Amino acid sequence: MFEKFESGNFDTIVIGAGHAGCEAALATARMGHSTLLLSINLDSIAMLPCNPSIGGTGKGHLVREIDALGGEMGLNIDKAFIQSRMLNTAKGPAVHSLRAQADKNLYHMEMKKVLENELNLDLKQGEVIEILVEDQKVKGVVLSTGSVYYSKTVILATGTYLGGKIFIGGINYESGPNGLAPSKKLTQSLKNIGLHMRRFKTGTPARVDQKTLDFSKMEEQPGDERIVPFSFMNDSLEKEQVPCWLTYTNENTHEIIKENIHRSAMYGGDIEGTGPRYCPSIEDKVVRFADKKRHQLFIEPEGLHTNEMYVQGMSTSLPEDVQVKFYRSIAGLENVKIMRPAYAIEYDCIDPLQLNLTLECKDIEGLFSAGQFNGSSGYEEAAAQGLMAGINASLKMNRKDPFILDRSEAYIGVLIDDLVTKGTNEPYRMMTSRSEYRLVLRQDNADLRLTQKGYEIGLVTKDRYCKFVDKKEKIEEEMKRLKEMIIKPSQVKDLLEKMNEAPLKNSISLYDLLKRPQITYKALEEADNNRENLPIEVIEQCEIQIKYEGYIDKQLKQIEQFKKLEMKKLSTDIDYSKIEGLRIEARQKLDEIKPLSVGQASRISGVSPADISVLLIYLEQQRRRGEKNE
Amino acid sequence: MSDTIAAIATAPGEAGIGIVRLSGEDSIKILDQIFIPTKGKSIKDYSSRRLTHGKIIDPSTKHVIDEVLVTYMKAPFTYTAEDIAEIDCHGGIVPVKKILEIVLRYGARVAEPGEFTKRAFLNGRIDLSQAEAVMDLISAKTDKSFDVALGQLEGSLSKEVKKIRNDILEMMAHITVNIDFPDEDIEEITYHELKEKAKHIYKGIHELLESAQTGRILKEGLSTAIIGKPNVGKSSLMNALLKESRAIVTDVPGTTRDVIEEYVSIKGIPLKIIDTAGIRETEDIVEKIGVERSKQFFNKADLIIFVLNASEPLTDEDQRIMKLLINRQAIVILNKIDLPEVFTKDDIQKILPNKKIIKLSVLSREGMEELENTIVNMVYGGEVKQGEVSFVTNVRHQNALERAISSIKEGIKAIDDGLALDFIEVDIKNTWEYLGEITGDTVGEDVLDTIFSNFCLGK
Repeated sequence: MFEKFESGNFDTIVIGAGHAGCEAALATARMGHSTLLLSINLDSIAMLPCNPSIGGTGKGHLVREIDALGGEMGLNIDKAFIQSRMLNTAKGPAVHSLRAQADKNLYHMEMKKVLENELNLDLKQGEVIEILVEDQKVKGVVLSTGSVYYSKTVILATGTYLGGKIFIGGINYESGPNGLAPSKKLTQSLKNIGLHMRRFKTGTPARVDQKTLDFSKMEEQPGDERIVPFSFMNDSLEKEQVPCWLTYTNENTHEIIKENIHRSAMYGGDIEGTGPRYCPSIEDKVVRFADKKRHQLFIEPEGLHTNEMYVQGMSTSLPEDVQVKFYRSIAGLENVKIMRPAYAIEYDCIDPLQLNLTLECKDIEGLFSAGQFNGSSGYEEAAAQGLMAGINASLKMNRKDPFILDRSEAYIGVLIDDLVTKGTNEPYRMMTSRSEYRLVLRQDNADLRLTQKGYEIGLVTKDRYCKFVDKKEKIEEEMKRLKEMIIKPSQVKDLLEKMNEAPLKNSISLYDLLKRPQITYKALEEADNNRENLPIEVIEQCEIQIKYEGYIDKQLKQIEQFKKLEMKKLSTDIDYSKIEGLRIEARQKLDEIKPLSVGQASRISGVSPADISVLLIYLEQQRRRGEKNE
Repeated sequence: MSDTIAAIATAPGEAGIGIVRLSGEDSIKILDQIFIPTKGKSIKDYSSRRLTHGKIIDPSTKHVIDEVLVTYMKAPFTYTAEDIAEIDCHGGIVPVKKILEIVLRYGARVAEPGEFTKRAFLNGRIDLSQAEAVMDLISAKTDKSFDVALGQLEGSLSKEVKKIRNDILEMMAHITVNIDFPDEDIEEITYHELKEKAKHIYKGIHELLESAQTGRILKEGLSTAIIGKPNVGKSSLMNALLKESRAIVTDVPGTTRDVIEEYVSIKGIPLKIIDTAGIRETEDIVEKIGVERSKQFFNKADLIIFVLNASEPLTDEDQRIMKLLINRQAIVILNKIDLPEVFTKDDIQKILPNKKIIKLSVLSREGMEELENTIVNMVYGGEVKQGEVSFVTNVRHQNALERAISSIKEGIKAIDDGLALDFIEVDIKNTWEYLGEITGDTVGEDVLDTIFSNFCLGK
């Protein structure tokens, strides 16, 4: 018989201890709120159930931002990485993206340790089966054991556990990721409190046994020589790195896949969830890009203390016997033994249009959510939302203004604005191209953009803040010095000649000389007598700000324009159905989403520029009427 | 519904009838007060949309203002989605002005420029880009402009712009894939490819801009000055052109008292002829070319028609003017060829090698056809063929095109300078967005959709 019993009171309860849940719980606890973090299995805290890496294009930017705000992900990957690479170094600084291979087990253990040592934070194994809501306000949760916990806020971070179902070929069964227990009952409770649920799908490739691979037939992918840490708290990191390996499918592989395509779960029609376009299964790639003779795959270690290796690029929902067959057709994998088969997984999530920019549910006060539950994909996207949900839950409990980052301030702002304003039809992944202000939102300046804010809301530690202030001052001083330091043509004549650069005609500042694309800060050392020995990140900032000043200024001007519409606030009380001139679709969408600004309204699909003109005219009318009444 | 606005819907003095239009909740009430139908007592006896004959009176004096045809149209199925009343009266400035005055006295207010369209737009009848084309439609003065305005309503400009945007989209998708999926097995776009694509985009926008110039001319009229010494036949040429014109539009006094502007339509192209005949003989433009006013006048013109009397020797003044014409759009007329010629076309061609020279006799009409064709060809630049490229008749569109072309130029420069891909993308994307302002399309998932359909990606 199921009996409920009261088990305790907390300020916040976080459901799920994946990347979103960990950041959320740490944020609320660190901001002074008693926090209960619940996980179906404490051995799966901060688990990396898919690729064993953190970062990448856009995602690396998110990790930097999480770190700059006082989150944990950057610090944790710096402890647990086994290979580090800066991607896109041949391109501009805005798209340089950090990515590190993680030792999965170490990543989990380090995060668990941090959680366990956090004051104000209780970690507990348990499955939530019900959310308690009274008068559209969240009250607490009920566990499958009958435990009832009360709280002022609840943060949902259920990942792929919620209604999870695994597909391998024709086989399917209810399961969380990686064979862990799914959360079966919570979805019904969420429906009962009025949330609209939907189903998404994702997949992961097989894990294979390292000793059955022939690396001599693959290309080695080593880490970078200079390791750039993720966290701004780490100046440098030294570590012996392990390589990844590159190999390719071939026509034989494709033949096997095509012959067995009817046995794939995806093509069988059993899967109802929507998957992400950017990680299609191998059968998808073979069918859709039939003229491609080969597809690349990376073999990546899952950790230092395991033989398991991840086969990036080979996610599939084909049956295990077919998996073995086509994996073995690949160079270097001829004798491969699969340790865990590839699978597709379906899970319940919500349409994020039901959320505010604070990630609080519009209809249920105090109920926040983050991560895959909100329709995103990826560890970094989840962590970013978890952090913001945690911060906003804390601020709400302190009756303070919400903390909302806009699209010109952070990728985190882009992520959340996209989700809650535009919604998403597939698991949402961050990419640098999603940002309008990419040149300003660089991974190298995340601290300069966000640490002050993180400090003001109380999440950034004194240590971190002092470090940030010191760096900022050094940059400002050096920029000033470079502007004031005037160089005569004779001083750099030989130097420029050596570099095949045109000589100076007149005296100019070092600042202006550095604008030349080929001239680096380092190269000017001999002509620059008063130079202090500055940290590399300070030099980097000066160089970027000087060299790309023109482009950055242009983007700053665009941001000014953008801010104008963001500053035109819309009350959530506006009855859009009463605004004459708005098209029907726009009225419905605006009523549903209740944007906070005209800027946000302009990004809603179905709201046209003409509707925005109407809104502006409406605001002007309201303003004039208000004036009249005064 | 909002307050009632009224305006004269026809250009003053332009046609045989004048129209006064009202829109707003009191439109019908106002009409009822000032209109006496020929049959029946009140306009309210007639149904909506029915053309009704009667008289407009001034109710205070009971004086009849004009004999008219009126129609009222009930909301919401009207242009503005409000009640509308239309009064068709006799042409000319007096009747329309009088009627407007009375309408205003009985509760309407003067519409602001474009307010009917604004209301139509605010009431959801039309979208922004259509609203602008409608405005142009209203002010279109000649048949050609009318066609252009209509074409734009149907989206011919949109079509051209969308084609260019599509090219940009493909380019952006490739760049984005290279940036956001650096580990994928996809070839990097080369700078050579980038340059080729950017140049192609530049060309497309350039062509549209050229037609934007044409569009302005179509709307505002080609400002044309006829100059020449006294008695060379300027006035008779002007009169001949006016006679050719289907309708003399109006006499609009210019900024200078002495200068009269006349609108004529040459094969559908409006010319705003600056009538130097209106300047007194003693202030003849030839003698007073140095006078500030005349200079401005001369400088302002889009086209100059320089008239020479072929039966009299060239004077110093003629020579001086011809020098001024070297860098201008000009046509030289050798007039009075019915009289014995004292110099030939070749003599003039030597002085002005690139100018079109036309032998003409106003009296015999010889050369008139050639002159008209020459004007038409000059307007269309000899390349822009009628109906092929949509004409941009709106300043906003032209402005967006100008910003787009300057962005793509910067993009080309960034490519030439070998800047990183992500900087080049900024300029390309700006170009795409400026063009999007014309079609009203915003950046959505388009780039991502293109990426995922064109490139094989994924873990």
